[in-house]
This record gives sequence, C-alpha cells and structure tokens, in this order.
Amino acid sequence: MFWKKTAAASAVAVMSMLLPFAATAQEASLDEKINQAIAPISNVIAGFMFYSVPVGGTAFPLIVGWLVIAATILTLYFGFVQFRKFGHAISLVKGDYSHPDDAGEVSHFQALATALSGTVGLGNIAGVAVAVSIGGPGATFWMILAGLLGMASKFTECTLGVKYRNEYEDGRVSGGPMYYLSKGLAEKGKPGLGKVLAIVFSVCCIGGAVGGGNMFQANQAFQQIVNVTGGDESFLAGSGWLFGLVMAIVVGVVIIGGIQSIAKVTEKVVPFMAVIYVTAGLVIIISNISMVGDAFAQIFIGAFTGAGVAGGVVGALIQGFKRAAFSNEAGIGSAAIAHAAVRTKEPVTEGYVALLEPFIDTVVICTMTALVITISGELNSGLTGVELTSAAFASAFTWFPLILALAVVLFAFSTMLSWSYYGLKSWTYLVGEGKGKEIVFKLFFCLCVIVGASMSLGPVIDFSDSMIFAMAIPNIIGLYLLMPVVRGEVKQYWAKIESGEIKKVK
Amino acid sequence: MTDQPILVGYDGTDAAQRAVDYAGKRASAEGCAIHLVYVLEWSPYSFLSPQELEDRHKRRSEELERAEHTLKPALDTLGKLKIPVTSEVRYGHSGELICAIAKEKNASQIIVGRKGGSALGARLLGSLPLTLVQASPVPVTVVP
Repeated sequence: MFWKKTAAASAVAVMSMLLPFAATAQEASLDEKINQAIAPISNVIAGFMFYSVPVGGTAFPLIVGWLVIAATILTLYFGFVQFRKFGHAISLVKGDYSHPDDAGEVSHFQALATALSGTVGLGNIAGVAVAVSIGGPGATFWMILAGLLGMASKFTECTLGVKYRNEYEDGRVSGGPMYYLSKGLAEKGKPGLGKVLAIVFSVCCIGGAVGGGNMFQANQAFQQIVNVTGGDESFLAGSGWLFGLVMAIVVGVVIIGGIQSIAKVTEKVVPFMAVIYVTAGLVIIISNISMVGDAFAQIFIGAFTGAGVAGGVVGALIQGFKRAAFSNEAGIGSAAIAHAAVRTKEPVTEGYVALLEPFIDTVVICTMTALVITISGELNSGLTGVELTSAAFASAFTWFPLILALAVVLFAFSTMLSWSYYGLKSWTYLVGEGKGKEIVFKLFFCLCVIVGASMSLGPVIDFSDSMIFAMAIPNIIGLYLLMPVVRGEVKQYWAKIESGEIKKVK
Repeated sequence: MTDQPILVGYDGTDAAQRAVDYAGKRASAEGCAIHLVYVLEWSPYSFLSPQELEDRHKRRSEELERAEHTLKPALDTLGKLKIPVTSEVRYGHSGELICAIAKEKNASQIIVGRKGGSALGARLLGSLPLTLVQASPVPVTVVP
C-alpha cells in the first residue's frame, strides 16, 4: 500500500537541511514550519528504520530483509501452509464449515473482505509501477515470491489475533498484536517483554495510522485528482485544503457520526472498483495473449539476469521484495486487528482465511498490474508511479485514467477508514476505553486528513512510513516467540477434523 | 386434526399482522398448529466496516431480543384462540429460509402478508411473496 520514493526522501532530507536558511529570507509558510519542526526527528527515525546496506550496488533496507526472512522462516516452520491449505482456506471462506446457527455473526468472508479493503490500494496501482520501472519486469518475479512467502506471516499473525482477542461482556470483541503480545508472552513467562512490545506496537500503529494510513492517502488522492483535471492548470491545483476538508468531513461523518451508510457505500463500491480494475487488466492481457508468453519470459529472464537494471539481479529482487512488503503488509500486524472479529471457535481457521489476503493483493492484483505495464510497452516511457499504470491502461482504454482516479480516491478513503480503526484500537489500548478519549483520537485523525491533503509534507510522510514498518519489529519478535502456540492450534484443529468433531456443513 | 402446521412469515408489520389473523382463522378451522418465522435479512457475503465487525456479536444479540419482543403480540393473539403456536427467529435470505423451514417442519402451507408495494418496485427489487410463489414446495397464500 505504501510506496516510497527513496530519491524523493533523500531530496527531502537535503531540502530540510537547507530550509532554515531559506526560511530566514522570508516569512516561512505553515507547511515549511511544520517541515522544519518535524524533519530532525523524522530524519533520525526514517534513517534508523530504513537503514540500508549496500548489496550489489543498490541500497537494501534491512527492514525489508526482516520481513522477508520472517516470512521464509514461518513458511518453513509451518511446512508451506500457504500451498497445502490453500484449498481449505477457500472452503472456509465459502462457508462450508460455518454452522447455520451462527448466521448473523461475522463470517470468514466478511473478516477477509474488511481486511482486504485496508490493504488493497495505492500499493497495487502505484507501488508496482515503481517496482517495474526501477527493477525491470524481473522485479515482478520477486514480488510474487515475496507475496507467496508473506502468506505464512499473515497466517501466523491472524491466528494469534483471534486466539488472544478480548471478548467483552456486552459481546464486543477486540484483538490484534497488542493483545497477543501482552497476553501471549505473559503465558510464556515474559509478561514484562510482552507489555513493552505491545506498547511499542501501539505507539507505532498510531503513528502509522495518522501518517501512512491517512495523510499519505489524502495527499496521493489529491495529487491524482489534480492530475486528471489538468495538472498545474487544474482549477483544483493549490486548493488541497478544500479537498482535504471535504474528505475530512466525510471521514468524520463515518467515524465520529457513526453514519455507517457512507462506509457501506464505500465497502460496496471498493470491491466493484477492484473488479473493474482486474477486468480491464484481464481484457488487456487476453487481447494481447500472444505477448503474454513474451512478458513472462521477460519477467523470468529479468529476475535471474537483471538485464538493463541498476544493480542487476539484486536490484530487481530488492524492488520486488520492497513493493510486496509495502503492499500486503504481511508481518506488520495491522490485518490481525480486523481479522480478530470473526465468529469462530477455532483461531486457526481465521489464519487460513487470512493467508488468502497476500495472495489476492500481491500475487493476483499486483502481478496483473505488472503484466499490463510490461505488455503495453510503456515501461520505457520514463513514467513511474500512478502515471505509468495510468498510461499503460490508457494505451488500451483511453478513458481509463478517469476510472483510475476515482479508484485511487475510493481506495484512499477505505484505507483511511480501516486505519482509523487500527489507530483507535491502539489508542484505546494505551489510554483506556471511553467516549471522550475516542473522540479526541477521531478528531485528531480528521484534522490530519486536511493537513495531509493540503501540504507537501515529505518528512511527515517519511516519518509515518517509518512508523508502519516499525510495527513489524515488535510484531515479528512476538511471532517468533509465539509460533509454537500456533503450531499447537493447528494440531488440535486437524485432530478435530479427523475425529469428525468439526465437519463440513454443506 | 392434522400434524402439518401452517407456516407464517412474520416481521411485525401490519401486513404480517393481517397474515397472522388470516392464518389464525385457517388454523382454527383445520385444527392445526401455526409456526411463526421471523427472518432477519442477512448475507454472510456482505461488507462490514471494522467497527461493525467489532460490534456484530453484540448487535446480533440485540436484534434477536428485539425480534422476540416483536413476535410477542402475534403469539399472544394466537394463544388466545387456543391455537398451538411455535416460533423461530433466523438470519438469512427470507425466501430461501422460509422454503427450507417449510420442508423441515413439513408445513401444509405458507401464509405471508403483502405490503402493497408497486408492481414495478417488486419486479425490480423482488418481493418475498413473488419469491415464495416461484420457489415454495407447498401452497402459498398471500394476504393483501
């Protein structure tokens, strides 16, 4: 979901060093002031989080390695669960194992759909374009591989999310890494460590929610709207605050006003947009079916030769891994919060369902974007990001950029709604529940929408991206310590299936 | 006296009340029981926001409680007529569920009320009586 321009980040870093001098010359504008205030902190945190080691001539951020290594270890530990139990996952989503008496409760499908609406977004459209424009078609291969490995991380975190959730007396449920870190590690005799990791996770999650899950989304959505309405000449150019205000009011009406009907409309439109996007992609791919073989050849050859790519094979690999991790959030822990609400007696069932998430997000949607870009021949046009994807689809359907702009705004909106919830859960974990405390966070969240849309806050975005990836540090430490618990859950679940205690109802 | 009950679709509206009154007369005449079904429309494939996911279980308990409360007057009315009456509240697609329950309970017929919506609306959106007329395994009576 989050795509980062390393070049832009370093440019911002240079800019922020020069800014104090520039600012003395004239009255500093508000966004410059905010940038100045935040840049020193943001630079340190971003520098730490995205600490990169040079590998084969390109910078490799260690945090991406941290995510991919965890995904690989979990894949091996659970014996390639993502391939062995893929069919079982589909059958769970279809409701084959759902008891009819549980009708009216949250189904596996609903938990998956809600979690997906939080992850499918800009990463699938823009992030992939960045990956193939820098890493070449070969980056796609590594992206798919990372997506497949990430399925094991999702499986683990979502199983834990359900197992250690809180069920309140009034029937509400609340789960996520903060609960499995604190409760799970307490069970393992490490209550202190669990508490610290849970608090670190919550703080980072709040940062990620208002940053990457909010300001970044508002900012990119506005940029895309300006682009389709005429770029710099657009009547909207420079009135980001207005766009932000409208967006903030709509978000506020949903999260503060509790007007779920707007959320409902979005939840219906977003899958629809996703379907349009995938259908358009498929039409382009099928109508150029003769070129698909060639595109896959480019993807495979590019993956192992790195021809024409800065950094060769390693360059392609890094780009692919990075975008996959940014897009499907496997190992970050965010999805476990949404998945925890499902109605099931067996936590591991939600784990199986959750492993479909990186598959749909990365292996299907991202791959399709990459194929369309490769087939369209726009790869060497010098474009990148949303503009590249837009141009690639426009080569087949001239009207597509408009649809894409609408999709970007809606994806941004649904991502904001999901993250407002993730942030709120972390906030209430830290300060306790209560109407007043929740309103404070929600108002702050809406304010951030306006700020995000109206300003070019490079350092703030940098900071929030860092916070989202920082969530992976406590979360993955927890996954390593708690993976035997998940293995235990798997064993007892399959014992019940074999004994016939759990069986298909359809 | 037959052991096949009459199945009545009920949702607390005036139309449903008319169906209950009519079914009461039929049941007295035939000397059979009445089974009231209250279906809460629900699809396991609908989309919910994260907040709705969290509240779902709580909401469901509240909805079930409210439905039982809504059923009360109908149960009382029929009880006064000395008709043996049972009821259930279920989540799902009303047409499919009522047909399924009719089979399950071996009902002799289904009686539902008609809200009197326009023909066009019913054609576009579908209506419970129309669905039942097309799919029901037993005779269907629609009370205007």
